[in-house]
Amino acid sequence: MPAPSLPATFTRRRRAPGLGESVLRPDAPPKVRGEFAFSSDLYVDGMVWGKTVRSPYPHARILGIDITGALAMPGVHAVVTQEDLWGSRTYGLEHHDQPVFADGMVRFHGEPVAAVAADHPELAARACAAIAVEYEVLEPLVDAEAAITAPPIHPDGNVFRHVRLRYGDPEAIGDVVVEGSYEVGMQDQAFLGPESGLAVPSEDGGVELFVATQWLHVDRDQIAACLNLPREKVRLSLAGTGGAFGGREDLSMQIHACLLALVTRRPVKMVYSREESFFGHVHRHPAKLWYRHHARRDGTLVNVESRMVFDGGAYTSSSTAVISNASCFAAGPYYVPNGRVDGYAVRTNNPPCGAMRGFGAVQTSFAAEAQMDKLAAALGMDPVELRLKNALKTHDQLLTGQVITGTAPVQECISACAELPLPPAADPGADLMTLPGGAGRTALSHNVRRGVGFAVGFKNLAFSEGFDDYSSARVRLELGADGEPVATVHVATAEVGQGFVTLAQQIARAELGVGSVVLHPADTQVGSAGSTSASRQTMMSGGAVQMACAGVREVVLERAALDLHLAPADMVLDDGELTTKDGGRSVSLADALRAGPVEAYREFHHAPTDPLDEDGQGNAHWSLAFAAHRAVVDVDEELGLVRVVQIATAQDIGRALNPLAVTGQIEGGIAQGLGLAVMEEIVVADGRIRNPSFTDYLLPTPLDMPPVLQTWIEQPERGAPYGAKGVGEPPTISSTGAIVAAIRAATGRPLTRIPVRPDDIALAAPATSTPAAS
Amino acid sequence: MSASDAERSGGVSDALHDPTTEDSRGGQGYPDPEGARDFPLETYVLSVNGRDLPVDDAWVGESLLYVLRERLGQPGSKNACEQGECGSCSVLMDGALVASCCVLAADAVGSAVVTVEGLAGEGELSDVQRAFVEQGAVQCGFCIPGMIVALTDLLDRSPAASELEMREAISGNLCRCTGYGRIFAAFRHVQEERSHARA
Amino acid sequence: MSVIARPANLQDAFDALDTLPDAQLLAGGTDFMVEVNFGHRRPPAVVAIRRLAELQGYQVRDDEVDIGAAVTWTTIERQLAGELPALAAAARTVGSPQMRNAATIGGNVATASPAGDGLPVLLAADASLVLASRHGERTVPFAEFVTGVKRTVLRPGEIITRVRVPRLTGPQEFLKVGTRNAMVISICCAALLIDRVGRTVRIGLGSVAPTPVRAPAAESYIAAEIDWDALSAPAESVTRFGELVRDAVRPITDHRGSAAYRSRAVQVIATRALERSLAA
Repeated sequence: MPAPSLPATFTRRRRAPGLGESVLRPDAPPKVRGEFAFSSDLYVDGMVWGKTVRSPYPHARILGIDITGALAMPGVHAVVTQEDLWGSRTYGLEHHDQPVFADGMVRFHGEPVAAVAADHPELAARACAAIAVEYEVLEPLVDAEAAITAPPIHPDGNVFRHVRLRYGDPEAIGDVVVEGSYEVGMQDQAFLGPESGLAVPSEDGGVELFVATQWLHVDRDQIAACLNLPREKVRLSLAGTGGAFGGREDLSMQIHACLLALVTRRPVKMVYSREESFFGHVHRHPAKLWYRHHARRDGTLVNVESRMVFDGGAYTSSSTAVISNASCFAAGPYYVPNGRVDGYAVRTNNPPCGAMRGFGAVQTSFAAEAQMDKLAAALGMDPVELRLKNALKTHDQLLTGQVITGTAPVQECISACAELPLPPAADPGADLMTLPGGAGRTALSHNVRRGVGFAVGFKNLAFSEGFDDYSSARVRLELGADGEPVATVHVATAEVGQGFVTLAQQIARAELGVGSVVLHPADTQVGSAGSTSASRQTMMSGGAVQMACAGVREVVLERAALDLHLAPADMVLDDGELTTKDGGRSVSLADALRAGPVEAYREFHHAPTDPLDEDGQGNAHWSLAFAAHRAVVDVDEELGLVRVVQIATAQDIGRALNPLAVTGQIEGGIAQGLGLAVMEEIVVADGRIRNPSFTDYLLPTPLDMPPVLQTWIEQPERGAPYGAKGVGEPPTISSTGAIVAAIRAATGRPLTRIPVRPDDIALAAPATSTPAAS
Repeated sequence: MSASDAERSGGVSDALHDPTTEDSRGGQGYPDPEGARDFPLETYVLSVNGRDLPVDDAWVGESLLYVLRERLGQPGSKNACEQGECGSCSVLMDGALVASCCVLAADAVGSAVVTVEGLAGEGELSDVQRAFVEQGAVQCGFCIPGMIVALTDLLDRSPAASELEMREAISGNLCRCTGYGRIFAAFRHVQEERSHARA
Repeated sequence: MSVIARPANLQDAFDALDTLPDAQLLAGGTDFMVEVNFGHRRPPAVVAIRRLAELQGYQVRDDEVDIGAAVTWTTIERQLAGELPALAAAARTVGSPQMRNAATIGGNVATASPAGDGLPVLLAADASLVLASRHGERTVPFAEFVTGVKRTVLRPGEIITRVRVPRLTGPQEFLKVGTRNAMVISICCAALLIDRVGRTVRIGLGSVAPTPVRAPAAESYIAAEIDWDALSAPAESVTRFGELVRDAVRPITDHRGSAAYRSRAVQVIATRALERSLAA
């Protein structure tokens, strides 16, 4: 892989002050005081409330929309449909196939059909109810396998992408062969801050939008295209964002709010209810995966074959990238000399699916790790030994033929995880609240069996397949009102809770030796930072900030050198002082800034990658991250209830730039993995979402989360800022598989579907599909 | 832009929103009495964080959460679900922890309401708030006000609560970002601090 | 004209209902407000009754506890665990701590959800309700109060004032099945109450029928099998009891659970509840 094009100072190892320390979040004090402005907290005098009309049918033709009743209602300012769009009627991340409002055809339950603006949210809701839409209800296409060959439900066809991967000799056969079919249900990101924002019409005919999102610039571009506005007239600022996890990468209310603002000439606030939120964003792809693993008697993997169908729902979103990841990483973090993978992402009338933490690697990790356990059993081998034996290493090839040039401490992760202490044995006298069933007190200790399970996972960091992934930063250094240097960092990085705001300050302090670092609000007045996804912001936006700081440093070094009649190369910036290398003479940063502020603007691009060819071969990925998980569970077999007792993990993180933040990201990611293992599923029947509420879409509560033991493998990644790898996704990739493996160990049930439901454990013949509607 | 502005706004211009104003915002009532037959409005006074705040011409169906956020300038309590299933709207009402989304605002008359904004003095942090900051318990922050109100209530009622009792006491407060580990650490930290202070 | 009344006593409440005949009765609000927030219900008027003097507090008598309809589940959980163990155990599982601090026993009864956690206990205990109206009072056995899914015999103008729960001498258990360790709507639940004095076994079941139900055949079977002096029963009889409970209900399949699972689960928790009671 070609070396990244970066200035020499970038790779110089600087144990800078602040980096590597658990610096506290700058936004924590306002957040704990309830003063932090989230997108749903925004208020401006004269604002009106927007609300969306959504289709109750998953598939229908729209024969007519009568808005006259709604328009006549008191307090209603506007009603808009697709007829009111001045530009493109569709948008999308990869393909612009998603209508802003249904284009005469509804393709998913909850698809937006119209929107209103009114004085009060209750009046807006009533106006929505008064809009009479005449539907011709159609039979929904809900079977993803059938969708591959079914008549198209969209002019672009039903197959978003078929990844065909052939590596080595796909016909290779092993001494031992295990086959299995697996299923993953639809998980939801369930970020707590609802979709929301405030759109304000501008004097120049443009619009300003304050919104919770993951990628300001891509939002802006889609809004501009649909409203037929030049990009400069669509100005986005990041509003406080209450989590994302992939669910805000696609648009939700952005175009609707901006359109209403321009039509009414009033500021328009839109806030989704939780129920609407379940309809208003993409979900994790449900999937069916078939695998066949071949190995030699000694456990060496020979071939991995897989065919997988990911149900992308009605529109493309990021399905083509999700299935690519799933296919590339289908075998898990193991060296396999041969492989055959066919990955399909298909269109159905089910809810649209797209990015969620783990992005395709979660689904394949569940299946591939189940296969490894099956293989271990067939070989009579210890499952951890089998994984160690086949673990990927630097210089190994992936299924895509790509040689790993970065760090790949898979064996270290596996061993370190396995060595973490197990929890104490179950205490027969323990409070019933600690047993499976919790507050329901359904089990006594003799009803409960314990099991231990192991799983390992990996995926790419940042964007792949030839995408020019970059972030931008502007750093300005000047004297503050108190005469001391202050740095201002302007990046468009979407802070969604992951802690980039902290890191940006740490980097600027470390690189410039300045104590006072101010973050300019993230907005579209600076270049794109790319998406807050793919565990990429530490590396990409961190890299951009570092580069911009280096640019500033160059200039102040030049000024100081000029002052001292030296060459800039003779000087260093160290802890706020510009000194000669021998430390003999120095100029203070403050003095160097008296001539005026210094500003630098830089873009950080990661090393180029290539698309996959027709055999799924290519150097498609930049950097990889790995993690191993071990889960201990207690299971009440008769009732099928599970209590996760402990999760242990060892994660490949490159370098910890902020240990407290890393700890929090790993714990949070594991919680989402636990949710997918035992309780989280959007239940879809005949294309309809059956459980759009927190009553029935269950997130882990404080009584569900076990203690998490974590250890980090720190092997700095060359070409990554400070050697640090992104940490957000690996905790979510194989924690699910470890938990299910533990349940299998406790119960002997095959458990080929997640989330595991009580039925699957308690009934003799486990269900193999979602419960039928009553 | 000053450092404190950048801290406070988190990305949004302060000109648009200042949650610390004394005044009730009001004014969202529907102006046309003819059409308001089934949109009845009420005027009443609520006691919030020790102050009596007027609520004028508010639709009778508004929750306490809505009134706090949209009329009384107290948007600290959050609206993650509005059905009593997440705890992000938690406030104290007459000393009891309740979900403000499930309280009819017009029925909260005569009750003392305490929100996250009332837990500490102007510009100060309570020990619970400080522990959340220092223990890394805050990520996106959306669950945090409700979580802090719930734990403040627990620690005041039951200073020696066990870890299990603590988990049960906040079992109605969901967090999607943290996995609760650092939140539990913040609880333990405050508990230790307070017991040392008593000793 | 105000459309919300906040009466302090029953007489004021009846007067308010005269002035606002289509008013919603509002106690804790945990059911009603969810409906309003979702836009399923629009209150034309509200009579808030949580402050009514006659609905407050509880009286512990020798044979019963007389609980005010406005008493919250938190109060029941924390203060009546000795007198009414199964009801206190059920209280502990209602929603979340926030819900329990606001939700009232009267509200739970009036909503009459098939999944209402306290209701199977009231049924098993042969509780009765005092209903008051402008025209007087009547006492209705809880068993006759709930007639279908969220349907009761409550008449317009009537307010539930007291819930009278008999005190029984003997072990009590409440078990609730949910897929999470807290804050769940039950997939099924069971309240088992043993009356050593009357030599009866009562089991109330929730979420397995449109209303909470008893299992009379199972109850009389096991009452005959129990050695009432030792309070024990043969293992096979306990097993048979579980089977009879399972046979007494015909649960449905919905998005929370399948009929087959509910049948299995109700059998398991009935058996365990009895095992625990006899071992106590």
